[in-house]
Formats: sequence, structure tokens, C-alpha cells
Amino acid sequence: MWFTYLKTEYMSQRIIQVDALESEAIYIFREVVAQFEKPVLLFSGGKDSITLVRLAQKAFYPAKIPFPLMHIDTGHNFPETIEFRDRLVEELGVELIVRDVQDNIDSGRVKEETGRYASRNMLQTETLLDAIEEFGFDACIGGARRDEEKARAKERIFSVRDDFGQWDEKNQRPEVFDMLNGRIDLGQNVRVFPISNWTELDVWSYIKEEDIEIPSIYFAHKRKTFVRDGMIWSADDEVVFRDKEEEVLERMVRFRTVGDMSCTAAVLSDAVDIAKVVEEIRDSSISERGARIDDKRSEAAMEKRKQQGYF
Amino acid sequence: MKVLKIATAGSVDDGKSTLIGRVLYDTKSLTDDKLEAIEEKSRQRGFDYLDFSLATDGLVAEREQGITIDVAHIYFSTPSKSFIIADTPGHIEYTRNMVTGASTAQVSIVLIDARNGVIEQTYRHFFINNLLRIKDVVIAINKMDLVDFSEEKYNVIKGEIEYLASKSEYKDQNLTFIPMSALQGDNVVHKSEKMPWYKGETLMHHLENLDTDDISDISQARFPVQTVIRPKTSAYHDFRGYAGKIYGGDLVVGDEVAVLPSQTKSKIKSINFFDKEYTSAKRGSSVTITLEDNVNVSRGDMLVKVNEVPTIAKQIDATICWMDSAPLEVSQKYYIRHGVNDAQAKITRLASIIKTDFSGIEENPSELALNQIGDIQLKLSKPLLFDSYKDNKSNGSFILINPKTNNTVGVGFIK
Repeated sequence: MWFTYLKTEYMSQRIIQVDALESEAIYIFREVVAQFEKPVLLFSGGKDSITLVRLAQKAFYPAKIPFPLMHIDTGHNFPETIEFRDRLVEELGVELIVRDVQDNIDSGRVKEETGRYASRNMLQTETLLDAIEEFGFDACIGGARRDEEKARAKERIFSVRDDFGQWDEKNQRPEVFDMLNGRIDLGQNVRVFPISNWTELDVWSYIKEEDIEIPSIYFAHKRKTFVRDGMIWSADDEVVFRDKEEEVLERMVRFRTVGDMSCTAAVLSDAVDIAKVVEEIRDSSISERGARIDDKRSEAAMEKRKQQGYF
Repeated sequence: MKVLKIATAGSVDDGKSTLIGRVLYDTKSLTDDKLEAIEEKSRQRGFDYLDFSLATDGLVAEREQGITIDVAHIYFSTPSKSFIIADTPGHIEYTRNMVTGASTAQVSIVLIDARNGVIEQTYRHFFINNLLRIKDVVIAINKMDLVDFSEEKYNVIKGEIEYLASKSEYKDQNLTFIPMSALQGDNVVHKSEKMPWYKGETLMHHLENLDTDDISDISQARFPVQTVIRPKTSAYHDFRGYAGKIYGGDLVVGDEVAVLPSQTKSKIKSINFFDKEYTSAKRGSSVTITLEDNVNVSRGDMLVKVNEVPTIAKQIDATICWMDSAPLEVSQKYYIRHGVNDAQAKITRLASIIKTDFSGIEENPSELALNQIGDIQLKLSKPLLFDSYKDNKSNGSFILINPKTNNTVGVGFIK
């Protein structure tokens, strides 16, 4: 019906030139479905994975997204993100798999960090690898972008991982033109990054252009916060470690990335809607991951985590 | 937003990473926290200038050795354009990465150290850019500060490159020579005051003015089918859409098409993108197409206009760049991936090794080693639907995959 309407209305002239980055991402999604038996989309509730979901919708429309979403839940997510996730999955009618980091902590398989910079971010890796094995996923689609971080700048679109989820960064397959080689041995899997070539600004512009709904914490709101090492932390929740002497103040803030609450700092902002967010990103003088304490552990923090199977 | 994809090539210590760092710095693309990290690292190492290469060398081994090992992608934009740089390493052993980076580039920058002039690596880089038929090539003659900004040095190098160009196969390449000092910022973004004899553009000015449309990519329309979309819902019970990306030319509803390899004819009934229908789609667009007739179409098949059929054959003559440490040998079998189509391939002939230093060819060699380029003949397990690389880059290239390791071992350019 929808199609009939469009036909009569616009049949004379409707020309489409799909944006190069969007076209590339859709092409990658279709290659995943054609080349792999059991793909899964890793969904964190962050803007990048929400963008992936929209692109996957476009790639297979009018069919439903032909693979499940999986959330590796640290238990330290912003409540707004979880609420958003459940609503989105319901609307799309896709399967959602949730695996909890807490389970591995309870069973003693991983040890929780303690102290000032304690974070469950690293612990996600173990849970992710377990889930890949449990379901036999051969392709895990993620929203990592090359502009985020130096080690990610060297990542392939189809990135092969071994049984231990390890990334062999010095022995990557060359990717020429747009041919993607997804051939793997049993036990190996491929991490797929459809928005590799997008920048943070591209993602935000796309969300604006497409009018995609995102969790409210991405927009400026009043929040109880405290400042440490020049970064602003949420004081609302007990998972963020705070010294007694660190003073709590209400500030107008928003989050630029939505990771684990314990390692994601807020930025001062009055960007209350998507147009203002895009403007703010365009003028920003601090990089996106500048507010991620997990990257600040050492210069090679991301590369080390990736070698161990982190996304 | 218009996107310009750039590949860079240079030898170790030509200052490639420094040049990219300089571009980022002078276009104000480095954020404060990244700049601070670079300043701190430079201080720690006792440098008296900012080491911009720290902005791009991403792997621990690279920073330790002060060299670039793998292709890194760098993103920045100016008000008029977005730029993606594939920063590729200059070592002999990593030449395969240069081919990788250059395969998607619209423009390539070849760096030359003004002190050393044209060296063997320069030949190789120039050769690969020519083999890949990159339309625009910038010859960045760097480290001019170390040769007293000498016009004579610049002219000697320019002359040598022009001589190479005259001996190259692809003659329509646009060459632009720019003398610069990436370290000091001369002619990168800002015009140098130290080289008044140079009347041309700065590097950034040149890149800003290049056309982002890859003109060389215009040819006949090719629509390789990636996957078939069958929703099997009551609303779309009979929907059968062919998902793929259009290469070479545009497609229009009503176009008479041939489904290859079966050559069955039909007409384009609709062109869909997400929840809307269009009357035509431009090349480069990932869309879903439905046909008037209920024909059998599956992954690897191709839709083309009826009077624009490509070559359909079980044998291919190609130039190949070898990317694996185990050499290519005659009679070996590989998987071939041509676009989204797969087949098995047997090497029936290794005709020659092409010397990338322009010294000629070696006929009937026994093997083709890592980073060597040669002419081969392949026999295929099924017919592929291809064009010559010079007519259609996407439909004229392929990769070979080693069936034992699953690694991509070579990239081929069909004659």
C-alpha cells in the first residue's frame, strides 16, 4: 500500500544516490549474511550500535533483520540505556540475547577490580567469548570506528579472531577494493565493523538526518556529579567509586559515549537536542574517547585489550 | 558530504607520518587531548619539535621502532570535504599494504626525500599507482629544508618521475609535483615563503580542489547480487528482491536486463531503498531491485543491461600482485573471489614477472614471490562475469584465497 502511494505520487522522477558511507555499510551487512552461518550484532545501547541497527534494517528491508542482537551486560549500564534497548528490540521484533558479566564474577571465573578506577569493562571480554562459544557465532558485528583510537585505525572490516578471541594485528588479511574474505576455520570467528570509515560526526549527522531515537543520557540534563582528574563523573549511582572528600554538585551534562558507568565520564553541555549535539561535536576540541578512562591506562591500552579479544 | 579517499606511499623515513600529522595539525583536526599526548611524548623522548608521527603510528611495535607497519586510516574534514587517508607503510616487505590502501583511493600521494631523490622504492610506488590506474598522483618532494629549498633538486626529481611516467602503461594519470617540508609546514597547508620559485598550489589546496567523483569509474552498469531478500510475511508474501550495489553506471526502472550467467531477460520492476521506491539509482548505491518476471537469481549472479554484457568465461588473463609469504606456483589451486562471486581457480601459466623498477620483465619464471607482480593465466571451475580492469575497476579485479590458510594471497587485475 505504501508503495502504491509513492508510485502515483512520485513516479515521474525519483532518483536515489545512496551516500557513500551508508552504501558501504549496507554492502557489508549483506556480505555478512551471505558469507556466514550464524552472525550476531553486538548491541550496547550506545549510539554506534543504534546506528548499526538502522543500517541493518535498511540492508534487508522489507524482511526483518536476519540475526539476533546480543548485549554483554556489565550490570553497570545506565538504566536509561537498558530501558531503551528493550523498547527497540520489541519494535523491531528481533531476538535479544543478554549475557551478564555478573554471572562470571559470581562463579569466580573473573575477578572484579577494586579501587578508584575499578571498571567491569575488561571483564566483558570473557563473557563475550563464552557467549560466542555457547551460540557458535561465526561473525560478530560491532560499531567500532577507525577514527576512535589509534589501534582501531588499523582494524580491518572483516577481522579474524582465533579460538581465544585474539587479534593478530601484524598478520591481518589485506582488504582490496570492496572484496571481503570471510573464509575461516572451525573455531575462528570474524569481527565485522560496518561503520569502520565513519567518524563521530558522521554518526551524529546520520542520527539527525534519519531522525533516529537515542537514549536520553546523550542529551544535556541535570545530574549530580563530582570532578576527578579533570573529568566529570556521575554521583547518582553507587558503581562509580567516589572518595568522601570529592564534592558532589548538580551540573548540566551529557554523555558522549555510553559505556560502562564506571568508566564513562560526562561532559558539560547544554546540547538538549540532536541539532545542538551535532553542532557541539563539530566544534569540539576534545576527542570522543577522551572521556573514557579505560583508554587512559596506557598508550597501548586499546591494542592490548583487542589482542585479548575485546571489541 | 563529499568524501575524498587518499592513499600515501613513501619509504621509511620519508616523513609520511609526519606529513599526515602536519596536515591534521594545520587543518586544526587534532583535538586538544591528542595534541597534548603528542606534546608530552615528544618531550619525554627529548625531541625539540613535535613528533607528529605519534598521531598515526598506532601499534606498539610501530612506536617502538618508529616505523609504520600496517595500513592506518585517518579521518579529517574541511568545510568543503571529508578526507580519508590510508597511510600505508613504505617497507619492501609491506608493499601488499600499499596495494590495499591504494585500491580504494581516488588520489595517491608519493613521498620522496629530497636528499635521496628517486630511489628503488619510489619506482615501486609509482608503478603500483600506475598499475591501479589512480587518476591523480601527487609527488610530494619532502624535506626541502634539508636541501636548502633548492629548485635544482626539485627539478631533477621532477624530471626523473616524468621519465617514469613516459614509460608507464597508463598515460592519463595527472601528476602534480609539490616541494615541501612536512616538519616545518612549508607548502602543506600554508604556502612556503622559502620557495618563491614554486608557483603551484599547496598540498591541501590541491586536495580541496580535486573532484571527488571518480570519473574513471564510469562505464557500463553492473549489479552483482549479494543476497536475495524474501520477507515471507503476509504483507510481502510475493516480494523477491535482489540486494546489491550498483557499479559503473546507473539503473532505471523499466531497463531491459539480462540475468547472468543464465542470460535470462527481464525488466527492472522496482528499485527499492529501505521503505521507499525510486525510478532510478546512481552508481555506488546499495539498493534492492525487483524484476518483472519470476526468474531464478541467486548470489553471485549479475544484472546488466541487455546490450552491455561483460565477458563470460572460464579463463582469465591477469596481472597479479602477490601478497603471501608462500610463493605462487603454476598448477596450484586457489579460491577466487570476484566481486561477490566465488569459484575455484587453477594457475595454468605464470607468464612473467614484471620488474617494478621499470627494467623490463622476466619471462617464464618458476614462481612469484611476496610483493612481486606478474602476468598469469587462470582456469576457473565455473564461468565468471568480468570486465577488463581498465574498463571497470570493481568488475575487473579479483582476489585469490589460499584454501589451506584462508588468507587473501593475491590481488589480480584482469587484462
